[in-house]
Order: sequence, then structure tokens, then C-alpha cells
Amino acid sequence: MLLAVAAALLCVGCSRGAPDVTVVRFWAMGREGEVVQTLLPEFERTHPGIRVDVQQLPWTAAHEKLLTAFAGDATPDICQLGNTWIPEFVALGALEPLDARLAQSSIDRRDFFAGILDTNVIDGRLQGVPWYVDTRLLFYRRDLLNAAGIAEPPSSWSDWTRALAALKARAKPGSYAILLPLNEVEPLLALALQQDDPLLRDDGRHGNFQSVGFRRAFDFYVGMFRDGYAPLYTASDLANVWNEFGRGTFTFYISGPWNIGEFKRRLPPALEGAWATAPLPGRTGPGASIAGGASLVLFRKSPVKDAAWQLIEYLARPDVALRFHAATGDLPPRRSAWNDTALADDVHARAFREQLERVKAAPKVPEWERISDEMRLVAERVARGGVSVDDAVRELDSRTDRILEKRRWMLAQQRRTP
Amino acid sequence: MKRQHVAWCFVGPALVVIAVFFALPVLAAFAMSLTDFDIYALADLRNLRVVGIGNYVELLQRPLFWQALGNTLYFVALGVPLSLGVSLGAALLLNSRLTRFQSFFRTALFAPVVTTVVAVAVIWRYLLATRSGFINYVLGLFGISPIDWLGNPHFAMPAIILFAVWKNFGYNMVILLAGLQNIPRDLYEAARIDGASSFAQFRFVTLPMLAPIVTIVGILTVAGYFQLFAEPYVMTQGGPLQSTVSVLYFMYEEGFKWWNLGNASAVAFMLFLLIFAVTLLQMRGAGRGSAWQ
Repeated sequence: MLLAVAAALLCVGCSRGAPDVTVVRFWAMGREGEVVQTLLPEFERTHPGIRVDVQQLPWTAAHEKLLTAFAGDATPDICQLGNTWIPEFVALGALEPLDARLAQSSIDRRDFFAGILDTNVIDGRLQGVPWYVDTRLLFYRRDLLNAAGIAEPPSSWSDWTRALAALKARAKPGSYAILLPLNEVEPLLALALQQDDPLLRDDGRHGNFQSVGFRRAFDFYVGMFRDGYAPLYTASDLANVWNEFGRGTFTFYISGPWNIGEFKRRLPPALEGAWATAPLPGRTGPGASIAGGASLVLFRKSPVKDAAWQLIEYLARPDVALRFHAATGDLPPRRSAWNDTALADDVHARAFREQLERVKAAPKVPEWERISDEMRLVAERVARGGVSVDDAVRELDSRTDRILEKRRWMLAQQRRTP
Repeated sequence: MKRQHVAWCFVGPALVVIAVFFALPVLAAFAMSLTDFDIYALADLRNLRVVGIGNYVELLQRPLFWQALGNTLYFVALGVPLSLGVSLGAALLLNSRLTRFQSFFRTALFAPVVTTVVAVAVIWRYLLATRSGFINYVLGLFGISPIDWLGNPHFAMPAIILFAVWKNFGYNMVILLAGLQNIPRDLYEAARIDGASSFAQFRFVTLPMLAPIVTIVGILTVAGYFQLFAEPYVMTQGGPLQSTVSVLYFMYEEGFKWWNLGNASAVAFMLFLLIFAVTLLQMRGAGRGSAWQ
């Protein structure tokens, strides 16, 4: 019986490798996986001999499915990978470095936003090609800000604090100056990345959360709760965040590019000119934010790397990226795509264009997601009161060091997979 | 001798299935719990370290593990009696001769059991919503100010207990109902002739006759409630402030979110030992109970 199963599997294998058609297996997540299928007919027309087989994964199951695929030797040829996941798959040795291929292609490496491309470079080698970008900045209600006597969105922390205080002074009961959902680590992470101190020290061997820089960012963040500017809300406390924004429950909201589309769609027409976006304020002037987004990666085990690379090149083309943007709202990672009127004329996207020149990558260690989760938990504890900032950063460092124990051992053994 | 061979032939297939799909995975999981299997080990087995009971020792030092254990015990201690009480109450009502439309109510009360946890949890999240939820609306009629059910660390677990009890009581109710219907009517008749009040009938006829079934139902419920997972997974993701992280949820995060399979296996065995110990205690307690009877 086992033999029969094996034979059946082999047949599946051979039917896929039919004579003159190369099949590229492409895994994509969520909405992107749905939309990308509309871009593929043109690719298959201009690349006869290549057929793309898209498999759509839900985001919630994607990580697990990819690791299982790796363990079972069943990885696809290319895949959409959140750029914080790249270090993990590099540690697994699952990805194919792309420096040589990119150098030979028509894509100019310098056309990518530097901070975004940097998230794909692990130990000096390019492991993925940015597909779309994500960063966090300020969404705000211009009308409410003006009513509080502030003409321009803040660009420094001190301006920001002043605006928050002015908003709080006029706030009706139940409404707040800013919304920082406690289940999101990104606002705190963005503020922390603005600092010069790295979040991890000694090549990612230890946490560096007791540094002056992180403490400063952490204190500023929890200060917004302490001073009553931000409510102790998690995402589930607001049944509908867009309605609440329209109602004026909060004036500032730190969020990402997908909300441009959501606010356009969901806010009543009367509020059309009442909201805007602005780059994230920094300590003394416009500050950095997170270099997020997703990349396209090529798997080392892929038997059809050349064909798969052609698909990556196609999806990286500015005109294709713009069509992708039109359908998903995802922002393109190449500056040349932003020259197009569709993006250049979008007042809400403009702040993102500016912010993207100032984005920084989170620490590139496989354990980062877990560390950032601890960061969120500790921050929530401090925000809800009862734990001092001093104790919190010490605790964060010790939890981080525990998580990085295996990494330290690996580095000491010098046995890291290349 | 020959009969024995035949017997082995009949038992064999079942034993093989049990060995392959139960004993082997359990042994493998136990072996894994003695290592630090993680993504590095997945990449290259040379990165695997045998840590002996290190995972267990470390677990006992993790505050989050203790918190998860505390949350789970809280859930069991409050949820099981509540669930049994509601089940018994509903069964008694359904068994009463005064109840009309018995089969309708039986089906209606059993319905939550057969629904999908995930789908119902979404509905309960609407019911529990702070501003627009029906539960807070009803409380508001009594002048109670809105409670942030799923966002407040003090109320999240009670909300989960409420949901779990509602979701599960129908199952026990049906079993208890079957038990009630098996109690001979003449016992009640005799009690009535002796002049027993309805409470005394319940206390001295119904409860003792039902005791073995209550024990079984209790054991099953405790074992089930210790494995709390789906409710917090869907409704709170363990929050707020990790007040709804159960042992199983903790294991899931260790294993499938952070891919520390060694640690996760250790958690699984700790949970197994815990449930095993509690069940033993219950059995012993039940044995004493029947002796008293």
C-alpha cells in the first residue's frame, strides 16, 4: 500500500514537470494572495512556458504552514514573507541569496527605499526583494486639532506633547487626544527605533532596553497614558475604530497605510477634508518609523529558480506595483513607482512617501517577534500602572536575555547555518 | 493455546493503531520535552541540545507558567461547580412532570454544545462589547455602569467562564437527565409516604441515586475544563495582561507561535500530570462518598 501511495506521489511529481511548461509555485497571504492572481495573466502571456500556481494562505496560519513545509521538504518556489520573518528563514537556511540575480537584472538596487531594502539584508546578503511597504505614522483629525488652536501637525515630541495637552484640555468625557491600542507594539517600537541606541547589543546577544535611548522612548510612550492623553484601550474595546475616529473619540492615531483606504471608504463624506496624515514626530524634528512590509523570497530548494526569479522581477516592476497598489492599497517599495500621478497626487500617501525615507529595521534576529511581544506585554503592564519604568526595562532585558540564550550558544559554537 | 493466538489476531490491529498513533507520539513528545528543540534544531539537528529535566525546572521558574496555572485553576474552580450546578438544575427542570414541551427545551438547551466555539465566541464578543453589548445594556437597566468585560483583567476570566458554562452545560445536562430518568419512581413514592418534603426527596433520594453519574460527569468536566484553550484563543488571545492565558494556551504559544517544541512538550506533560493527579483525587473522594452512602 505504501508503494502505491509513493507511486501516486511520483506521478503527481511527473505530471507537474510536463515537457515545455515550468510551473512556479507561489505562496501568498491574505488579500495580497487574492489580488496577485489578477496580475498573473499578463505575466504568463509575456513569459510563455511559465505557469504560476498561486496558493493563498491565511495570515494567521502562514507562519506555521511555512515552517511545516520546511520540515517536510515541501517549500514553494517563491513566497510572500513578512520582512520580520526573513531572519528566521535565513537561520533555517531556507532562502536563496539574491545579490547576484538583482545585480544582473534591470532593477536598480538604489531605487528601493534604503530602510526597506535593509530589512532584507541579513549578514550582508540580500535575501528578499521588497514587494510592498508598511510603516506607521500619524493619522489625525485636522478639524479637531485646529479647534484646539494648533495649526500644523507636530513634528517634534515637544510640539506633540503640547498638542496632546491642548486636546486634552478641550476633550469631552469619553474622548481622548490619541489612541495607542495596548495590543499593538508598533507605536512603541517606532519611537524606540528613533533612538540611536540599538535595541539589542553585542550582535543580538543581549537586550539593550536599559539604554538611555530606549528608556527615553519608553517613558514618552507610557507618559501618554500616565498623563491621560491615551485611553487604556485594546483593539477589542473599540467595536469600530473608524467610526470612533469619525466621532472624534480620539484625534491622533498611529497606524499604517491600509487605513488610508479604510478611512476613505468608511468615514462620512462630510469628514473628507477633516482628516490627514503626517510623518511621525521625532525627539527634535521629524523622526524615524518602522521599516515594515513584505518581501518576495526565493527558496533554496526550488528546482525552477530562474523562472521564479522572472516572476519576482515582474512583480517588482513599478507599473505592476502600481496596479497592485490600486487593488490593495499596499504601497510600492521603489521610489520610481511613487513618481506616478496615482501616488504623487494622493494627499494622504504623501506623508508616507516622506516617512519612507526615514524608516529603520527592527533587530534582525529570528527571536525578534518574541522579544517585541514581551515589549508589548511589559509596556501594557506599565501603562496600566503599578510597575515603574526602571523595573520594566530591567525585566525586559532579563526576559530578552533568556530568549536569546540559544542564539548566544549558537554564536559561541560558530555553527550558525549560513 | 490456539485460542490465544486467535485472540491476538483480533486485538493486534487495534494494538498496532494505538501503538502508532498514541504510544509512539507520546513517547516522542516525552523525548522532545527533554531537549531544546526549536527552529535552529529544525534547520540542523546538530543544534539540538539534550537538556534533561531543564525544561521542567525552567518552566517552574517562569512567572507566566504560574500565572497560566493560576488562571486555569481559577477557571476550573469556578467553572466546574457552576457548570455542574447549571446542568443539574436544567436536568431537574426538564425531568419535572410540570414541564411542557420537554423535547423542545431539551434540544434548545443542548444546542450550544453542537455549535462551533469560534462562531459562538464571535457572537459572545458582540454580547460582551463594552459600549454596544447586550449584557451591559441589561446591566444598565439595573443601574450598573458598563463593564469592560474582555478588556479589564478582573472581568475577562469571569466572562470566559460564563461563556464556557453556557457552551458546555447542555452536554452534562443530557447525561444527568438520563440518570434522573433511571431513578425508580417507587423510591419517590416511598419517600412521599414517609412524609419527605421535595427538598428531602432531592437530598436523600435523587442525589444518592445520581452520585455515580455526578462523579463521572465531574471527572469528565474537570479534565475538559483543564484543557481550556479555544475560548481565550478566539475571544481574548490571552489578554488583557495575560489574565486569560491558560496552560494549554501557553503551550500553544510556546509550541506553535515561538516554535519551542521542547518547552511546549514539557508543558503538555505537566498538564497531563496535573489532570491525572486531580482525577485520582476525585476518584478517591468518590470512593469515600459511596462508602458513606
